[in-house]
Amino acid sequence: MTTRRDFLKASGYLVVGIGAAGLVSEMPLVAQGGGAGPYPDVDFKQLDSWIVIKADNTATFFVGKTDLGQGTGTAFRQIMSDELDMPYERTSCVMGSTDVSVDQGGSGGSDALQTDGYPMRRVAAEARRVLLEMASNRFSVPVTALTVSEGVISVTADPSKKVTYGELVGGKKFNVALTGNNINATTGVAKLKDVQQLKATGQSMPRYDVPAKVDGSLTWAVDVKVPGMVHARNVRPPMAGAKLVSVDESSVRGMPGFVKVVTKGNYVAVVCEREEQAINAARQLKVNWDKPAAAPFPTSENLFTYMRGAAPTSSAPPAVVGNPDAAFKSAAKVIEADYDVPYQGHVSIGPAHALADPSNGQMTIYSNDMKSYGLRDGVAEFLQLPRDRVRVVWMEGPQAYGRTAADDAGFEAAFLAKEIGRPVRVQWMRNEETAWDTKGPAFAVKLRGALDAQGNLVAFDYDARVADYNHLGYNEHDTVLISQLMGTRPAMPARGSGATPNEMYAIANRRMTSSVVSLPLIWETPLRTGNLRDPNGPQSTFASESFIDELAAAANADPVEFRLRLLTAATDDDSGFKRARSIACIKAAADAFKWEARPSAKRVGSGEILTGRGIAYTYRSQTVVAQIAEVEVNRRTGHVWVKRMVCAHDCGLVINPEALRRTLEGGMLHSVSRTLHEEVQFDTEKVTSVDWASYPTMRHTDTPESIEIVIVNGDPNPKRPDLPHYGAGETVCKPTLAAIANAIFDATGVRLRRVPFRDARVLAALKTAKV
Amino acid sequence: MANIALRVNGQSRTVDVDPATPLLYVLRNDLDLKGPRFGCGLGQCGACTVIIKGEAVRSCVRPVSTVQGAEITTLEGLSQNGKRHPLQQAWIDEQVPACGFCQNGQIMSAKAMLDKNPTPTDAQIRQSMATTLCRCMTYYRIQAAIKRAAKAIASARRGSNSEVIA
Repeated sequence: MTTRRDFLKASGYLVVGIGAAGLVSEMPLVAQGGGAGPYPDVDFKQLDSWIVIKADNTATFFVGKTDLGQGTGTAFRQIMSDELDMPYERTSCVMGSTDVSVDQGGSGGSDALQTDGYPMRRVAAEARRVLLEMASNRFSVPVTALTVSEGVISVTADPSKKVTYGELVGGKKFNVALTGNNINATTGVAKLKDVQQLKATGQSMPRYDVPAKVDGSLTWAVDVKVPGMVHARNVRPPMAGAKLVSVDESSVRGMPGFVKVVTKGNYVAVVCEREEQAINAARQLKVNWDKPAAAPFPTSENLFTYMRGAAPTSSAPPAVVGNPDAAFKSAAKVIEADYDVPYQGHVSIGPAHALADPSNGQMTIYSNDMKSYGLRDGVAEFLQLPRDRVRVVWMEGPQAYGRTAADDAGFEAAFLAKEIGRPVRVQWMRNEETAWDTKGPAFAVKLRGALDAQGNLVAFDYDARVADYNHLGYNEHDTVLISQLMGTRPAMPARGSGATPNEMYAIANRRMTSSVVSLPLIWETPLRTGNLRDPNGPQSTFASESFIDELAAAANADPVEFRLRLLTAATDDDSGFKRARSIACIKAAADAFKWEARPSAKRVGSGEILTGRGIAYTYRSQTVVAQIAEVEVNRRTGHVWVKRMVCAHDCGLVINPEALRRTLEGGMLHSVSRTLHEEVQFDTEKVTSVDWASYPTMRHTDTPESIEIVIVNGDPNPKRPDLPHYGAGETVCKPTLAAIANAIFDATGVRLRRVPFRDARVLAALKTAKV
Repeated sequence: MANIALRVNGQSRTVDVDPATPLLYVLRNDLDLKGPRFGCGLGQCGACTVIIKGEAVRSCVRPVSTVQGAEITTLEGLSQNGKRHPLQQAWIDEQVPACGFCQNGQIMSAKAMLDKNPTPTDAQIRQSMATTLCRCMTYYRIQAAIKRAAKAIASARRGSNSEVIA
């Protein structure tokens, strides 16, 4: 671990990890200060804040993002080394620690490359420009007379005259001011390179964080130890909305290592010297709770009935194209269907955790929070500390695709550290994490579609009800769980958001509406919604892309052909750019799969295993994806195996193809898990799915036999120099649910409209349909 | 508290802890090992896996008193003579991890499996690994890496055999 100052001082730039057997492996760099604070914001308008070049002609990039395991850190190095003209191997990257890296907001929204990649590229290009100017002065020749390659600048006419970046600026500061009204607009005066000039970009550099993750040498946020630290465990209310009546401290006071019971409002924690002592004491602590007067929520079995009957807390104005009412009235065929998606959890493989150290009158939090800067700001407000006395040291951790956007454990550790005056490490237990983490909102969608006599889709009506009221914010001091339990209430609960599908098809008459509904209890509830990997996309796309398949079947049309017909038809409500790329993706997926055109469902076979294939397609922002699933359905058990997945994906310029493939595979399988297994279950008091047995997720045995990723570059003009890099982390999660549902329909003729497709539910549906 | 003698990655260590303490906390907090990790504390996910007497053991539910004297291998102990274990190399070659938090359990479970059955079928791999969970869903690459490592181990073995024959 090293500070920015150390970086500038030290002669060697690369922190290497010495593994157990003396292996040298590159590993993620973690910034940690010996510095006693305060910790002012790093000034994004200074070139030195972003790039440090050492005398040994190596460069370290300081960026305000976090890498959740998609290889974005590696990608940042690729794009920045290209713009800087420094070999990739001579660069390193420090991410996400609030006192050493500029505040780019951490991670979220799949925007690491789409948005944040540009200021990174521009500052690297600016550094190159400044270095060329320095060399121009040194050799007394104009910049145009210089050649730069791999961190070495030479005089074009006399290559014996050369100087390295390290010789020009190593160990010194650039002292170059940048401009820009906000961090995303940060720029110097240098221009970006054309895509064709990029060298590392487009290559599959191995991720630098992988070796240390497989040999045990990496220090993760869970591993940090500081002198004098103690361990805390939370004690949660046994039912949602319960009020703390009393705590009997004598029930744990005599236990080994006992330090303190801390309570405030309905927040209760036990602190002990050792971790297992804190776990035991938290289990043994006698606490009296008052049950709430009214049930906090319906049971999970009754959730959708409740949602359909509840008065919305808000409704988005309907997006209407054409005249849907008239089109439905005059249609040859109208079909209707309801689609349901339950609450699904983030359910991190490692529960929430953080270590907070109050030494030196500062508050340092070691955390895997994807939005480390927000945690810094939130904790400062929560504890009423000056912002520059709080810093978050970002380190690797278990990722759950949105869970750490509101980093409960970071707030809890900081609160307890302040109370006790010692460093406190908090870690949630499994039942706590699975029950109380943030949830992806439940959806109940009603769909209607109208076909004309030729089987053309002439009207489409989507109406969603989304249980998303009081959606949790990002590390807000007044909405994180500890704050709610202490009784804090912001003036207004968050409205939450409904979601409608992308307007991807040219349908002449269309109405799309969404409403948000609230559960009875909105505060201190384990059913608090947060952003789960494309927060609403999997749910809305499950409904809409399954229903498009129903319409294709009703029109007796092949599902691919039916979709392409809707994409080629002319309307004025879509950009040709995205439509051309959509067509390219659907065709690429169908080609790779060797899709045989025919209407679904196919004739149901006679054996125990029924097979089928289904397609779904969507986009998010500018990224387009089409997926085809091939399934085997066991007619005797109801078990569904997704045997094969094909994914055609267009996210523009690809920085690292192999890292992208891994990201797409993982994202798709995450949605396979959500399709087949995942559902938050609850009675009228509490969440009852609390571990890996009661909240099952995908396992090795569910893994497809084959996954094919087709990276499509459907840009109509791929040679253009400004070809952008779009985001890739979330779009891929959206169509999988529908692709699988459509494949099950193809195999069995049975339409499943409620996820997850666990064996019992599938079997019941097959039996009802007499399959 | 009691003195407990342990053998970890070939070294003798003595710790002074409550004998009922799960081995995981002793490895992590007393012996400063970072490979085994807390995932569930219930023996359900495998993130805490270590190898004892050739078996993949969930250290989060194994009292430290029950493993006294037994040779315990953690992720840190897989490398030999400065060389990564073929499984670790295969994990790098396949670029398996996403966040990587569960991969200790994946690698250690795979090691215990391959030590018993060096040539597993696809079905055996899936079955043997069935209760070792990954939330980033890297299963597809894990299975590919296990097959790659099995091949590397077999080919190394053939290599050493042919040397003997020669």
